[in-house]
Amino acid sequence: MNPVDYSLKPEERVLFALRALYQKYGYSQFKMGKFEEYDLYVRNKDFLVSDGVITFTDTDGRLMALKPDVTLSIIKNTREAFGCVQKLYYSENVYRVSGSTRCFKEIMQTGLECIGDVDLYNLCEVIFLAAQSLQIIDERYVLDLSHMGVVAALVDALELTDQARAEILKCIGEKNADGVRKLCPGRDIDGLLTLIAAHGPSDRVIPALRPYCAQGAAKAALDELEAVAGVLAADGCAGVRVDFSIVNDMNYYNGIVFMGYIPGIPASVLSGGQYDKLMRRMGRSARAVGFAIYMDLLERLEDAARPYDVDTVLLYGEDADAVALSQAVRLLTESGRSVLAQKAVPEKLRYRQLLRFEDGGIKP
Amino acid sequence: MRELVNIALPKGRLGEKVYGMFAAAGFECPSILEPNRKLIFENEEAGVRYFWVKPSDVAIYVERGAADIGVAGKDILLEYAPEVYELLDLNVGVCRMAVAAKKDFRDNPERTLRVATKFARIARQYYASLGRDIDIIHLNGSIEIAPILGLSDVIVDIVETGKTLLENDLEPLETIVPISARLIANKASFRFKAAEIEAIQEGLQAQVKQA
Repeated sequence: MNPVDYSLKPEERVLFALRALYQKYGYSQFKMGKFEEYDLYVRNKDFLVSDGVITFTDTDGRLMALKPDVTLSIIKNTREAFGCVQKLYYSENVYRVSGSTRCFKEIMQTGLECIGDVDLYNLCEVIFLAAQSLQIIDERYVLDLSHMGVVAALVDALELTDQARAEILKCIGEKNADGVRKLCPGRDIDGLLTLIAAHGPSDRVIPALRPYCAQGAAKAALDELEAVAGVLAADGCAGVRVDFSIVNDMNYYNGIVFMGYIPGIPASVLSGGQYDKLMRRMGRSARAVGFAIYMDLLERLEDAARPYDVDTVLLYGEDADAVALSQAVRLLTESGRSVLAQKAVPEKLRYRQLLRFEDGGIKP
Repeated sequence: MRELVNIALPKGRLGEKVYGMFAAAGFECPSILEPNRKLIFENEEAGVRYFWVKPSDVAIYVERGAADIGVAGKDILLEYAPEVYELLDLNVGVCRMAVAAKKDFRDNPERTLRVATKFARIARQYYASLGRDIDIIHLNGSIEIAPILGLSDVIVDIVETGKTLLENDLEPLETIVPISARLIANKASFRFKAAEIEAIQEGLQAQVKQA
């Protein structure tokens, strides 16, 4: 491993690899400022992963926010262009309330967006890149696909009140079959129960749902899911599965939504989908699909590449000559080793080799 | 060697009952019943590792992936809303979340209702759905005392038999939601140990049906 790779943390190595991957497929980097007008987020509050935005008043009296999200800014800054798509990726810090601590946190987020005349190929490309991104992090990844159209069609068939509908969607997200049974006593919910229980490879899950999606919007949605899964299978994405518990907000997302998981990280590290409805809400007619990777979660990856904190500890005494010591350190670093010069070995330091600097020279 | 499924069980009577269901479903771990202070128990043959934790902490262990699955009351799931799968209603530890007050309590809708509870979120959501303005008083125990001493107008708490309420001259007014123990799973673990977790889920489902 070259010295630059050696000094990178796993999440930094992943970040470099991801940037190279996205550029290879023609995505260009979108760079944004730290602040946005607060108004942008108020109008689309439910789209944000967490509520709570850090705000402040700018010198001209406008209420500004430290950006809690990147997608909204990207949409705001894209122009309509018929017949083609804009392909952008970003790597930005966002500021939002962290779920467990209920405090604001700076979170590093990387992702990409494909906006414009999105067709089946674009859709498959984005999901393929999501799978490839996960593959870079860990080849044992799982990328679960769902289709909001399938979920919506099966839930809408029950003709529920808005509140009951929201509760059913929550139960689907929790894989809570008992909850659905309690909410719909005496109703025909075999399709929904099949949907909740079904997860795994697409060639097993999709046929199981066919009988309940025989016509109309449900059939069209399941066909689209099958087509996408087919393309990804042909591309050799082994970790792609289907799981309908991925239920993003229906006011923003439509079509295919997906989430990625890595062994050893307890929450999803990647989340994305088609958000044509958000585009409509923001007055755009184009379609859009994208995903984000929560880089902060990658901190939990074990750093297998770094069994030691430093290669060599060089101990020197109080009376060591600074010039000679400086040269000795340089000699060691130039041989490719990392060197920590200390008068005593720090507690719990993991090092490969201990050397002493005595009488003007390096001794074992 | 296959990976063990880590299971967080709630310490106490409910946990022992739930362990009985796991054991009957074929996931026993006899050492768990030995009288000692150990907290972690393994049975490699059955592929399970149990540990006892405080009931209100089970959801935290599961949400953060220290446990793959666990058993938590619906009250805890509603109050803390952890990001977990709720795979099965085990139908044990059955009780209800209820509003209770002194027997002579008369609600005055013109005034803010003072509500003492351990379950602030559940209480807030319930009264928000009624459009009622309330003042939450967060207590950690002996909730029944609050209306007696005039600390609150009503309490929101778990009612099992209603005996504690009765003995303190209180009565249940409304049921907010029925409560029972649920099998929960970490969302990432469910992806990587799906077969093992579903085997346990099916085994427990059979136990629920028998009961």
